Amino acid sequence: MQDTSGAVVAFEHVTKRYGGPDAAPAVDDLSLTVPAGEVCVLVGPSGCGKTTSMKMVNRLIEPSGGRITIDGDDVMSLPAVELRRRIGYVIQQVGLFPHLTIGDNVAVVPKLLRWKGQRIHERVEELLELVGLEPAQYRDRYPNELSGGERQRVGVARALAADPPVMLMDEPFGAVDPIRRDGLQNEFLRLQKRVRKTIIFVTHDVDEAIKMGDRIAILQRGGILAQYDTPAAILANPASEFVERFVGADRGLKRLSLGRVDDLDLIEAVLVRAGEQRAEVRVRLDRVEELTYALLVDQRDRPLGWIDQGDLRGDGPIDPGAATPGAPTVEMETTLRDALSALLGSSVQLGVVVDERGGVMGLVSVDAIGERLRNPVRAADGQLHEVGEVAAS
Amino acid sequence: MDLGWIVRNLDEIGQRTLEHVLLTVIAVVIGFAISFVLALLIRRLSWLEGPIIGVSGVLYAIPSLALFALLIPFTGVRNPLLTAEIALVSYTILILLRNILAGLAAVPREVIEAADGMGYTPSQRLWKVELPVALPVIVAGLRIATVTIIGLVTVTALIGLGGLGYLIVDIGYRRFFLTATLVGSVGAVLLAVIADRGFVLLQHALTPWARRRTEG
Repeated sequence: MQDTSGAVVAFEHVTKRYGGPDAAPAVDDLSLTVPAGEVCVLVGPSGCGKTTSMKMVNRLIEPSGGRITIDGDDVMSLPAVELRRRIGYVIQQVGLFPHLTIGDNVAVVPKLLRWKGQRIHERVEELLELVGLEPAQYRDRYPNELSGGERQRVGVARALAADPPVMLMDEPFGAVDPIRRDGLQNEFLRLQKRVRKTIIFVTHDVDEAIKMGDRIAILQRGGILAQYDTPAAILANPASEFVERFVGADRGLKRLSLGRVDDLDLIEAVLVRAGEQRAEVRVRLDRVEELTYALLVDQRDRPLGWIDQGDLRGDGPIDPGAATPGAPTVEMETTLRDALSALLGSSVQLGVVVDERGGVMGLVSVDAIGERLRNPVRAADGQLHEVGEVAAS
Repeated sequence: MDLGWIVRNLDEIGQRTLEHVLLTVIAVVIGFAISFVLALLIRRLSWLEGPIIGVSGVLYAIPSLALFALLIPFTGVRNPLLTAEIALVSYTILILLRNILAGLAAVPREVIEAADGMGYTPSQRLWKVELPVALPVIVAGLRIATVTIIGLVTVTALIGLGGLGYLIVDIGYRRFFLTATLVGSVGAVLLAVIADRGFVLLQHALTPWARRRTEG
């Protein structure tokens, strides 16, 4: 666990009842352990107690029974206010303070902890950069001047400010439109790779759970834990009919979500810029057997469109107007399922893999994803069965 | 219109204007202090909201003249300042209290949840988050209350005070001197307009975050 700044979070027979001891529990005898530095997704239908369970960690809700520990220390042993300053908290509506600048919003917890001004200033710069917001450009603006996605990034920066070992995230991408959600999820996964926090992440979306979680806790109505395991093990061996139904009939397809573009060998793209000579591009394209298209890019290597072999005949510079726009772009963190879906929807059936700045890294093809499905996934499947059996025994 | 009278009496007019401002400021400041305390009380004991708003509503509904007449048996004829300020303050309370409560109630739920989640204590949350976020609505209340009181102060001339109301009632009406009535009236209106604009500027200065909007 040397590479983590996270802490082990353990629920031990945690129960929450609203009302008297006879009331039906909202969370019923929940026991699970989240290893340090892992993302644990709490998922389930509404009324399953997932948000309640999460909020008991920072005591926005007090448990009726059982205990929750962070690195072995009972959360009840600290005053609630001090506990909360040590736990990052991100909510769906973000809840930035409208009267404070972005910089001051990020500085909230360090100020509560009475850090020195210089240290706070440096930390704010560092965090804004970490979440991809240029400090000079954003520090002095107010939340109502930002877009929804930018605000959510500020929300994450604010939660990370005092470098808490544990973060709680309540449907953090729930209010973002589906297209931008994928980008924010990828960004978050890259961020988590660097910070390695222990994260408790609540969502009602199974696909999001599979993509984001190192482990998934599936809860059912009445706050009962139906299954707690890795996404692969849950997809391979659902513990009950409820889990099977909740995960969905397309489990096979969902297993595609376990793989990422990162796992594929990328095809090297033949990049073309406006003004290049057709003959020269033709030679380059001929060298790559599986490609019949060159990719037109701008000065910063961002994709503009496909150029068909047929448009490369003859002499003279290439015609940027002949390019077919709409090449689907995916990132290294995109799941194979999302990548396949994007590829099937486009005419060329090639996906452009881009980095954070939108620059081309390579290409993926439907064939490559199919190959991956047929071979290595089956091998992984064998392993996964073992994991499932260990969990079941 | 007797311009000569105005020039000869500039000192008096200035004096009365100052008096008018003073009567207003005392009423608004005391009214705000009381409203603020009442608002905090209602936050803790929410059942008090109905009765307190009810009483301040009744006070607000009593005509000012009637309120003076009702108060004088308790405050005495010799104490017009106390009589006047009790009446003026009671008029501010309904406006100010309502706006403070409305401002606090309008703080978005997620902002409060975030503040709790970040580890603010309840009093830090009130002073550093809720009140600042409620500030535009609170200042709007101060603006309405001040303009209202500037108008009402003129009536206190009837019990021997009045600021610019003295010019209207004691010189203008009783001695039937139209110029004084005009000077008093225009002066009171000007004061109200200046106060109104002043609060708009104050609000802009205090809440830069509420004015900028997302571009695009």
